[in-house]
Amino acid sequence: MTLVSGWGRFPVVDSDVLRPRSFEAVGEAVVTGTIARGNGRAYGDAAIGAVRTIGMTGFDRVRSFDPATGRIRLEAGVLLADLIDTFGPRGFLPFVVPGTRFVSVGGAIAADVHGKNHHCEGGFGRYVDSILLRTGQGETIEVSREENSDAFFATVGGMGLTGIILEVSMRLRPVQTGWIRERVVSASDLDAAMRALEASDAATYSVAWIDCAVRGRDLGRSLIYLGEHAVKGDLADDAAAFPAGKNPGLAVPIDLPSMTLNRTSIRAFNELYYRMGARRAGGNHVVSLYPYFFPLDSIADWNRIYGRRGFLQHQCVIPENGARSVLGDILDRVATRGDASFLAVLKKLGQGDGILSFPLPGYTLALDFPVRGDILNFLDEIDRLVVAAGGRLYLAKDARQSRATFEAGYPALSRFNAIRKALDPNGTIRSKLSQRLFDEV
Amino acid sequence: MTSRKSALVLGGSSDIGRATARAFAKAGYDIGLAGRDVAALEPDAADLRARYNVEVGLHKFDVLDTASFEGFVSGLPAMPDVVISIVGLLGVQQEAESDLAHATMIMRSNYEGPSLILGLFAEKFLARGSGSIVGVSSVAGDRGRASNYVYGSAKAGFSAFLSGLRARASSSGVHVVTVKPGFVRTKMTEGMKLIGPLTVEAPVVGDAILSAVERKTDIVYVSGKWRLVMLIIKTLPEAVFKKLRF
Repeated sequence: MTLVSGWGRFPVVDSDVLRPRSFEAVGEAVVTGTIARGNGRAYGDAAIGAVRTIGMTGFDRVRSFDPATGRIRLEAGVLLADLIDTFGPRGFLPFVVPGTRFVSVGGAIAADVHGKNHHCEGGFGRYVDSILLRTGQGETIEVSREENSDAFFATVGGMGLTGIILEVSMRLRPVQTGWIRERVVSASDLDAAMRALEASDAATYSVAWIDCAVRGRDLGRSLIYLGEHAVKGDLADDAAAFPAGKNPGLAVPIDLPSMTLNRTSIRAFNELYYRMGARRAGGNHVVSLYPYFFPLDSIADWNRIYGRRGFLQHQCVIPENGARSVLGDILDRVATRGDASFLAVLKKLGQGDGILSFPLPGYTLALDFPVRGDILNFLDEIDRLVVAAGGRLYLAKDARQSRATFEAGYPALSRFNAIRKALDPNGTIRSKLSQRLFDEV
Repeated sequence: MTSRKSALVLGGSSDIGRATARAFAKAGYDIGLAGRDVAALEPDAADLRARYNVEVGLHKFDVLDTASFEGFVSGLPAMPDVVISIVGLLGVQQEAESDLAHATMIMRSNYEGPSLILGLFAEKFLARGSGSIVGVSSVAGDRGRASNYVYGSAKAGFSAFLSGLRARASSSGVHVVTVKPGFVRTKMTEGMKLIGPLTVEAPVVGDAILSAVERKTDIVYVSGKWRLVMLIIKTLPEAVFKKLRF
């Protein structure tokens, strides 16, 4: 047995980790209580097997690529970072990237990850044509919108619970460059931030960073980052069409003492960040896709900044109608508490594609908290506000929500469960997350 | 035929072999992959073609079948610009201490086979007056240690072979690289306790080999820390060293 955790390093639990080298060996490795794991960037317990965890990153081959259409077939362990570095210089990028490029394609499908373009272009699953799935029953089937479509829509956003994703056919986005035309808008409070996001519906990419350390009149003060793919004409004549991909330059080599992040240090950081951003506001400039999409990827192991006990990310989505008052309430409680950190991200989402996909039309807010004190009780209170507003939590980030919160937030759960049961009548595929939220006890 | 440069990877199905093939293909080389099971190399060939739009050829090669070496070399459709031997066998030290067959296999896989095949390529490259020869040896060959001296001694022999070949080839236009990767997270080391800061991923080794060929480096410790670690290990007096069981 090995101690395993997600990116948040909470919880840390025992699971038997195997890294099979062939699809046949994957089949042989499956026991009751198995889940597949990609690059381990789900924050909580989603990619930890109830009994056994199958590491998939060794399956990193591209099967075929058609530069005429951008269609690609690949093994599920390929990382988005690898796709970007390999196909970016050839003029193709993933349609959807989350806040880190170090996720596997299989994991991106299982969580149906969203990016800064969800409000207009949908989630990762929208660009997936078909999936080779090894079900809990031991069958290997191809699932798509046309073939086994129930299984397809349950697999997109299904947290790996429909089976092990082995291979994927998907589309890449043709781009002229690897640069983003960025515009920063500063918003003095939450109303202004939401108006700015609303007004920028037509922008391909939009996201707001909220300063959680300020209250009262300034509550919700934000910087909104809008982006479009730059075309060749946007670049200087001598600029490379594709920026150099850099491996993380900085690293957090040790677990920092958990007191490193306190009210004072967060306030100081946020104040500085806001002022620097506000100075850039208004103008258009061209930035590399790497800092635009993946600002935290430049610091390896940044999760260690929260100390040995780990951290929790709370990401909810609130339906558009009534979002303003609930978000204001949450932000006020967080500011009063004072230990949420750098990552307070607000963004508009559109309709989700998978049966259990997280997005729904509305606003999503993501907050990080170090694991300490009464944080679990505090988040339970926040959950009650989310549920009352018809919202829900993102399973890829979750390590602690209750069954009641989960069931209230995902009304399509019974449909998902029926499809899962048909694919895996004996309940072979189980994660720590499914034991906590899905499985019959 | 293309006018692009080409690299032949012996041991193409290993993790370091795959990573090295990718590094060279990304740099625009056409690739030859050689291994015992050609069918098993097909997915990697498809991967290289899809990613980098290069030509990939597959060749059957068994490092223990030395009698086949001359036929292997003369049977290649074209002489590559770069040949890289990644073949090797870690084996099990305790087993090799008493089982002659196992010890022989470790010695032949890490010393005899790689040296003989690279020696044959050296003859062709020297006659042509160009080319790079890369041998992946090991820090384990820098000094025989209690925990892996059968493997280490074979790697030491391979390192010495490469060193001599490099001296012979100097100023001939042929360049010889010795690679000492240290700990690499691969199939071979799975389950071993690796020391985090001294461990690298296979792609790092692939990039280091490409860089050594392009910059004509002689000896590459993939992680600079290993050069220091092995310097200390090599300079310990034997009276002290022999007491160490690592």
